[in-house]
Amino acid sequence: MSFADSILEGNRLALARLLTKIENDTIEGREALNELFAHTGRAHLIGVTGAPGTGKSSLVNHLALYYRNPSIGKARQVAIVAVDPSSPFTGGAILGDRVRMRDLAGDPGVFIRSMASRGSLGGLAVATSGVVQALDAAGFEIIMVETVGAGQAEVDIARLAHTTLVIEAPGLGDDIQAIKAGILEIADVLVINKADRPGAEITERALRGMLQLAHPAPHIFQNHHKDHSWGEPGSQQFKEDDSAVWIPPIQLTVAIEGQGIPELADAIARHYQHLMTSGELSQRERSRLRSELDNLLRDRLVARWRATVSQDAYNQALHNLVDRKISPRQAVDLLLNGDAS
Amino acid sequence: MKETEETVERKIRVLVAKPGLDGHDRGAKVVARALRDAGMEVIYTGLRQTPDMIAESALQEDVDVVGLSILSGAHMALAPRVIELLKANDQDHVKVFVGGIIPDEDIPLLRKLGVVGVYGPGTPTDQIIKDIRQAVAK
Repeated sequence: MSFADSILEGNRLALARLLTKIENDTIEGREALNELFAHTGRAHLIGVTGAPGTGKSSLVNHLALYYRNPSIGKARQVAIVAVDPSSPFTGGAILGDRVRMRDLAGDPGVFIRSMASRGSLGGLAVATSGVVQALDAAGFEIIMVETVGAGQAEVDIARLAHTTLVIEAPGLGDDIQAIKAGILEIADVLVINKADRPGAEITERALRGMLQLAHPAPHIFQNHHKDHSWGEPGSQQFKEDDSAVWIPPIQLTVAIEGQGIPELADAIARHYQHLMTSGELSQRERSRLRSELDNLLRDRLVARWRATVSQDAYNQALHNLVDRKISPRQAVDLLLNGDAS
Repeated sequence: MKETEETVERKIRVLVAKPGLDGHDRGAKVVARALRDAGMEVIYTGLRQTPDMIAESALQEDVDVVGLSILSGAHMALAPRVIELLKANDQDHVKVFVGGIIPDEDIPLLRKLGVVGVYGPGTPTDQIIKDIRQAVAK
């Protein structure tokens, strides 16, 4: 039986092993993903990001407990992908998110996987998207992805997730932090965790002020790499209708006590509903798959070209570049066209 | 043209767990840190894990090695139980190491039950790293 078949049958060991193969980018892993791709696209992907110490893991733990035993509706299968940083020097990592998730042990409806970022910036590992695809195909209905938590550059998660939670805690920076671009802009739901601490209302006021100032824009990523983007007809047309614009709600929680969790789950569900009724879900999906396609194309083209150029020619160009005889752009011209003019 | 090259090296994944009821995790953290510095990916589970929780984590994380830190004296009950559960999950290939306060006379027994290495206080972390690399390479 192939890997893909075992996973579709719900074999957890096969799933765990496949996730390792995806992380290590093996041929077996790539082939299984090719087979599984048709079975993906059913899960609700929830991204969880925020500065270190804001309580992401505890919050994920309590959300998972809630999804397993909700006050209304039926229990759902939950997968959690928790990303922690790799050391840039040794490549090693300590993955400690399970410490906060011990309540979930022994539940066959929950699958937790820790991932090291392996040098990738942006809060996720390169293989996170593949890992999420495998969990999606395995039938998990809710997939929560917890990012590294380094802070302001973690926008990859919004590209991957349907609903992005940005976790704040009282006492972490003033209202200038709140109006910076990036991390707060990507929030579909804002969470103020540790809301029993002093200063929670100040944080809430700062965030609310930021939301009122903001001109809500649909979360379709602009492509910053102009060199290979083909214009897509209609991609810039959004409804000007106000009901189509989602204003991120602010949810107050005390994760370790489970306070505010049902309300948070409800806000997440409303956002998903909004994505479906407004048609934004398919737009996001399209834009996500497009950036994945572009990235793979770029990697493959570079690899293919590298196989055709001799190491000597490359070293020669690099040498001339280091000596400042040619500029970086001229070096590229030289290597691609044999002409540095 | 199909991609055929595999570029990423396989990282050694280690689960560091503290089964049983003692609350002293300094040793476990020192070892976890040393393994991280040796380039391994260490999943740290925290205190008071049952053998079932450890086996389940080892499965989900697809680790190569489980390191148990036991200072409570319950090692002869806990370590064999973890090994048994790993086997029940088809994870026979996972190497189990034990660290902590282990009386000398228990070491041969633990080894006989399948524990690859047993380490007391003062063991140089380099020794543990070397043993893990060797055991995983087999």
